Amino acid sequence: MTTQTILPVNAEGLRQLSEQRQEPTWLTENRLKALELAATLELPKLEKMRIERWDIQNYGSSKESGSIASLAEAPASIQELVKDQESGSLIIQRNSGVVYTKLSSELAAQGVIFTDLQTAIKEHGDLVKAHLHTAVTADEHSVSALHAALWNGGVFLYVPKNVEVSSPLQAVLLTDNEEATFAPHVLIIADTNSSVTYVDNYVSEGSKAVTHNGAVEIFAKSGAKVRYATIHQMGTNVTDLSYRRAIVDNDASMEWIVGEMNNGDTMSDTHSVLKGNGSTSDSKIIAVGSGSQKLNYTTRANHFGKSSESQMITRAVMREEAQAIINGITKIEHGATKSDGQQTEKVLMLSPKARGDANPILLIDEDDVKAGHAASVGQVNQEQIYYLMSRGISREVAESLIIYGFLAPVVSQIPLESLQKQLQAVIEGKLGQ
Amino acid sequence: MATHFKIEGLKAEIEGKEILKGINLEMKGGEIHAIMGPNGTGKSTLASALMGHPKYEVTDGSVTLNGEDVLDMAVDERARAGLFLAMQYPSEITGVTNSDFLRSAINARREEGQEISLIRFIRQLEAKMKELDMNPEFAHRYLNEGFSGGEKKRNEILQMMMIEPSIVVLDEIDSGLDIDALKIVASGVNAMRSDDRGFLIITHYQRLLNYVKPDFVHVMMQGRIVKSGGPELAERLEAEGYDWVKEELGIEDETVGQEA
Repeated sequence: MTTQTILPVNAEGLRQLSEQRQEPTWLTENRLKALELAATLELPKLEKMRIERWDIQNYGSSKESGSIASLAEAPASIQELVKDQESGSLIIQRNSGVVYTKLSSELAAQGVIFTDLQTAIKEHGDLVKAHLHTAVTADEHSVSALHAALWNGGVFLYVPKNVEVSSPLQAVLLTDNEEATFAPHVLIIADTNSSVTYVDNYVSEGSKAVTHNGAVEIFAKSGAKVRYATIHQMGTNVTDLSYRRAIVDNDASMEWIVGEMNNGDTMSDTHSVLKGNGSTSDSKIIAVGSGSQKLNYTTRANHFGKSSESQMITRAVMREEAQAIINGITKIEHGATKSDGQQTEKVLMLSPKARGDANPILLIDEDDVKAGHAASVGQVNQEQIYYLMSRGISREVAESLIIYGFLAPVVSQIPLESLQKQLQAVIEGKLGQ
Repeated sequence: MATHFKIEGLKAEIEGKEILKGINLEMKGGEIHAIMGPNGTGKSTLASALMGHPKYEVTDGSVTLNGEDVLDMAVDERARAGLFLAMQYPSEITGVTNSDFLRSAINARREEGQEISLIRFIRQLEAKMKELDMNPEFAHRYLNEGFSGGEKKRNEILQMMMIEPSIVVLDEIDSGLDIDALKIVASGVNAMRSDDRGFLIITHYQRLLNYVKPDFVHVMMQGRIVKSGGPELAERLEAEGYDWVKEELGIEDETVGQEA
């Protein structure tokens, strides 16, 4: 069955928008080609879930928000996230455009580029052009095509060769106008032997339906170390479609830390392409589902390089009537000898109506490799509740100790203390405590 | 108020099978009672039923602590009323550190705003762990996870020492302990002896009782207390086994609820 994608914009409108933004011709053409693809391509195929039934047509139209001069003017909804960042490196996207950009002078002096993607295209066109939509390509399905046609605002981070950035760079991506297209694109290039940590938060305000169609592309060049942490904490009105992909070169390493804390339906795909020999990837996904959310989380590691290693861990707590399909896909290509791919998915269900499904998938085309998986889905153990209660702890506190305990082995491994605390607070909120 | 714990005509079943067939026992603060008996006679069921394990259903009888109806309370309320059970098979709980767990247990007994200060808690915890010859690192380990049998038992005693309950039930605390660990556990129990605290020690060996002197010894068979006496009863059981009791009472099969 073919599902016709209803395009939120026609070619003429898109061309005008691109021209208004003074985008180079190559980009305008890219967008128009992607729009054509969007009309012909199918929706992505999700494991055990029909995205066709989701509310994913709410793209609105491009709406710029006025830029802000200082963080004191930042919207109340994100104040907590940006406080103490006056001198830090921070980008804020609000709806269809970036409203605040700051790169610390120290990093600027090291040659780090950190700006919105629109500006990067004007100032570093060749660098962007060589990478944009080459990891998550427009021709995969109608969602990636629409993203390539419509993306706005966005983050561009470039770390030069041999530069080690010690303090994390941050972005906050906010949708608070439901009429506005919200399709940020994050592009990170870590050049040879550099290292960097980047953290972002996706936040929303409002009640009318919004579709977030986002993509993250990361290029870790030889010997580079990239740590990407993201917390999605958008409201019930936002349907989140997020593709994150890293291309990892020789001896480079990629670390994903993902907090899936949305309140609306969410499809996310976090994927490391281990292209280089000796490349490594580590993904930690922590998720809490509530209400009647439909959730589809996929982590992937695709081994091409010899002696490449991947580790994927997902821990998810499902309460109320939330439904989650959790996929881990380790794919080892022929020739990727001595590779090692390990994955674990665990789901804890807190109510009889919650549903969790963990699917570990190993696809191995090479003999000389190691690969392993473990998956479990279960309820809160009543024997454990009894034990805690027998020491005087109430049932409510006992349950929350067990839930936090379930997530703790992953949360505690998050290397940034501030992020750990932030995640902890969002988890508490999601668990209704 | 002087501690007074009373079990009267207690009957309990698991999955429809009656295991306890009318237990009567009275304990006061300062007393140590031992319940002995072969395996499968209902000793551990008694411990679990007193604490309120959800698998055991009490069908008759009463249990009171200082006049309050224990059976009417939820598990956590029983604990806060003063009851403590050192379990034979304590749960392992990943992600919850021993020290977070203990602090939650202590704070559960305190009003909001009156929580124990972290410094005071740590000082107490470290002192008690030292008494039990426990590696301080165990405070930060996940609750019972990867603990050996002996370490789990010590951890149960540690909890008892931190929580300071008024009625302590020790369920087979001596099983799986080597002699050194047994002595440490016993000295922990002895250190906690006081006029307002009663102990109920469930065991099928007499050896723990060499280090913790009981005031009363009860023998359990077929889901009942069939014989009671002083410490000399434990010694005779150690020397002669249980056959003479069975003979005296005309019991052929001492077990209860076991499939033939």
